[in-house]
Amino acid sequence: MEEPDTDPPLVVVPGADPSARQLCFEWGPAEVLVCETRFGRKGGSRTHPVPSRSPSRPQSHPIPTPIPSQSRALTGCVADAAGAAPGSSRVFVVHRDQDIYIQTLRKLFNESHGIFMGLQRSEEELAGKSRKAQLVQVSKNYRSVIRACMEDMHQAAVSTRDPALQGQYSTQVSILSAMELIWNLCEILFVEAAAAGPLLLRLLDWVRLHVCDVDSMVREVLSSESPSKHKLFWNVVDVFVLQGRMDEARHLLSKEATANPTSMTMYKILDDLMKKMPMPSLGNTQTLTELELKWQHWHEECQRFLQDGTFASNPHMESICKILLGDEDAILEKKELMTTWYHFLVTRLLYSHPTVKPMELRFYAQSSMDMFLGGESSPEPLDMILMAAFEFEMHQVIKECSIVLSNWWFVAHLTDLLDHCKLLQSHNLYFGSNMREFLLLEYASGLFSHHSLWQLGVDYFDHCPEYGRVYLELHIERIPLSTEQKALKVLRICEQRQMHEQVRSVCKIMAMKALRNNRLGSALSWSIRAKDAAFATLISDRFLKDYCERGCFSDLDLIDNLGPSMLLSDRLTFLGKYREFHRLYGEKRFPEAARLLLTLMTAHIAPCSFWMTLLTDALPLLEQKEIIFSAEQTYELMRCLEDLTAGNVDKQKFQEDDVETTKVEMLRLALARNLARVIVKEGTVEGS
Amino acid sequence: AMEDVSAKFVSQKISRARWRPPPHAALQPPDVFATGSWDNEDNRISLWSAGDLGNVGLSGEYHGEPHLLCDIQHNGDVMDMQFLDQERIVVASSTGTVTIFRHHQNNQTLSANHRWEKAHHHVDQNTSCGGAACTGVVCNNPEIVTVGEDGRINLFRADQKDAVRTIDNADSSTLHAVTFLRTTEILTVNSIGQLKIWDLRQQRNEPSQIFSLAGDRVPLHCVDRHPNQQHIVATGGQDGMLSIWDIRQGTMPVSLLNAHEAEMWEVHFHPSNPDHLFTCSEDGSLWHWDASTNVSEKPSFLHQGGRSTTYLSHSTINQSVVSAWLSNDPTKDRMEITNLIPNQTLSVNSLDVLGSCLVYGTDAEAIYVNRQLFA
Repeated sequence: MEEPDTDPPLVVVPGADPSARQLCFEWGPAEVLVCETRFGRKGGSRTHPVPSRSPSRPQSHPIPTPIPSQSRALTGCVADAAGAAPGSSRVFVVHRDQDIYIQTLRKLFNESHGIFMGLQRSEEELAGKSRKAQLVQVSKNYRSVIRACMEDMHQAAVSTRDPALQGQYSTQVSILSAMELIWNLCEILFVEAAAAGPLLLRLLDWVRLHVCDVDSMVREVLSSESPSKHKLFWNVVDVFVLQGRMDEARHLLSKEATANPTSMTMYKILDDLMKKMPMPSLGNTQTLTELELKWQHWHEECQRFLQDGTFASNPHMESICKILLGDEDAILEKKELMTTWYHFLVTRLLYSHPTVKPMELRFYAQSSMDMFLGGESSPEPLDMILMAAFEFEMHQVIKECSIVLSNWWFVAHLTDLLDHCKLLQSHNLYFGSNMREFLLLEYASGLFSHHSLWQLGVDYFDHCPEYGRVYLELHIERIPLSTEQKALKVLRICEQRQMHEQVRSVCKIMAMKALRNNRLGSALSWSIRAKDAAFATLISDRFLKDYCERGCFSDLDLIDNLGPSMLLSDRLTFLGKYREFHRLYGEKRFPEAARLLLTLMTAHIAPCSFWMTLLTDALPLLEQKEIIFSAEQTYELMRCLEDLTAGNVDKQKFQEDDVETTKVEMLRLALARNLARVIVKEGTVEGS
Repeated sequence: AMEDVSAKFVSQKISRARWRPPPHAALQPPDVFATGSWDNEDNRISLWSAGDLGNVGLSGEYHGEPHLLCDIQHNGDVMDMQFLDQERIVVASSTGTVTIFRHHQNNQTLSANHRWEKAHHHVDQNTSCGGAACTGVVCNNPEIVTVGEDGRINLFRADQKDAVRTIDNADSSTLHAVTFLRTTEILTVNSIGQLKIWDLRQQRNEPSQIFSLAGDRVPLHCVDRHPNQQHIVATGGQDGMLSIWDIRQGTMPVSLLNAHEAEMWEVHFHPSNPDHLFTCSEDGSLWHWDASTNVSEKPSFLHQGGRSTTYLSHSTINQSVVSAWLSNDPTKDRMEITNLIPNQTLSVNSLDVLGSCLVYGTDAEAIYVNRQLFA
């Protein structure tokens, strides 16, 4: 079990003054709300940090984006600026993942999302070697995305004229560069888990790729007219030797040799030594013991030449020979050319312990750092992270990175990869599930706090078995549904994951919006999609109310085409059927219309409140020249009318309302007349 | 092949991608396309050069990713857009506004040329009218037709300040897309599975014909008309289904083809090779439907009259042969369908085809150009 950090990093909320007012805060799923209370501070410490789960922001960089900065540029923004008057409180919104808002990094988030998804889909069944190759490839893909992003950022830094912006871009370049450096080392040590021999070759590649400070010097010398006359000539030769780039070093030396025929033999000998230097191979062509034997032999040969003073006349060559022998003082003399302690470490390994085993690295790493820094400077966070990696303290690497870096992207993806390498299985946290899931949740929550990147977050939550679902449910409800198109996308996400509650909620919001805009048709199709019977009833009532007020139906194209969705709610069924009655009536299909009208009441499809309207609709049918309602149907209509008036006696409505009374009287009269006519007619028909 | 596809991550979710029409049926491949973004705080219309022409390889293939020519801020999500001509683009906004942007090719800038504010809006008795998203736009220079969430149809002319014709409440549900059937007739699709024909010459505010899906009125999201056989119409629905309609007969689709697993956002017949059809979807796939295998078995008219055979394009054949899209026989199963994007996870919102070139844009904030569609 991991202990929480005893010393959380400070988060400065610009504009909030904890020395004047006590602050209170509330965690949200994507941000922290910080609020000034009405309590002043008496004494106590001046700084009042907001407890932070790490990469929120250690400092508040203004973020380089062309967006009008107010809302995003700062760590926190004032949510309620209206209350700036003295005595009133302000609320600050503190976002948890600062880098999410950097425009250029969106490329990193999007492209790595694809790699992440590929990794989750990848075949775990693949056997040992090919599985490892697959994982190494994934790791390389992640790194190439970091590098591509770094190049873009570099381009942006070069092309901008705004010095402040330039500074920000440069900072980002160095952060990305550090991320790639750490990732690369983790790839060698953990993902590929290179064995003794190949391990050294990988570390050499690593150093060559990342120590670029000397590149310009190398270019300058190589492109000069005669490199051997250049004042930095020997520096460049040394750089090549220190990085184990023997062929390049020999090529340069040969130029010097042709210019100096007198010392030709000396060059020949050094060249020969460099040529013969045994190197580990990637294939299985030689065993480690063979290599060690050869190396021992070569080492002794170098020793011999150094001792018999072969290079005494040329201090440059003598120092190179000493380097070849792994003389630590000689190597340390070239400190400026190595620039970092880890370069020194790798050079030292190359010339003294080429068959170093992974588990021995920690000793050499620690001593190399001590020797290189020599008590002059203390190690920086990056040094500590690399050191933790050399010590194979994976959790320490992740922890330190979480604290130092201003984003969750790095730790989330690296941890996920290491987890797929089956390296983090046994580790449990004192909170939540495992570390992989914890970090992915944090990263995805950050994505969800972004107005546009939230879609990426969904897939990350999907791959968090324990809490992903709950997080997604909480976050997805908070996505503003600005257009139907966006609502449909949100809805699709919810439907695919059987999140019924959220599906209903999205549809209800959209149906309410449509209703408010008087778009009854749209409102109805949203509630049909959510199979929300109650809401469909509500909308049907609106349609019926509109009809009663205006005497005609709106949105006929919809009501005439309800199809099977008509069965969603009783009221909707009634609406559809009632409209059908009107169509039949319009088409002068009176007997069918009459039958339908009666069924609407006798089968209790129509709500009671609507019966009076239906009976009134029967009036013109009763008044037709030909007889439409049969005797039996007329009796039923009469019963409906009596049920209706009897039911309303208590309310005294019919007695007091003149219009209603007249209506009832008219209906009774019409029904009686129809009954009389029908009896006569039916009697005549039967009698004849 | 994958190598022919160049991609660029553009840090904005792309809602629309459109090729600029070639000048007078030129034969050279299209070189410039426009994109619109959505769901950003700051949405943009951007014009891109499809690739570096200076980098044409020995075998004629292109290298290099698309590069930005110019862009301009756009208020609201870009819901739809179309080139009016070589220089002007009509853009539909989620704010209900319709804007014509002009591309000044001499100094590579974009500017707003004309704007119809809140061409689409909700009418609320209590408050002043709020904008309603304009969901679709179609142009036939100088005419522009737009549809929206407000169920309204607008007819504009590029040179006139006010709408030429407005049909309020043309549809009680949301209109999702519009296209021209003939110069005076348009087709719309809506959120209750209906395809409607409107004759803009008639003063009646009613569609002249209504077609609809049977069963569960699945919303339709996109529509395109066969470029040569105007009676053949393709639509795409919320369930990812492709429907082919023959508007001369019946009120239901001729065929329903199971396609994507989620909303089909766009459907396009290839403009000069209409046996090929392209669809893209929320499920992250982009399908190429090739019905030409059916046609090839029909009698060929290629060699009639001793005319130069090379000059006859597929389109001329199609006018004389029963279309592959309407054949009801089981050979339909032999229609070749290829998913052009394996392993994509986020939505492909838009695509456009011209010549042998395809452009598409995604919610993963990337644009892709494929230059060798038929290779």
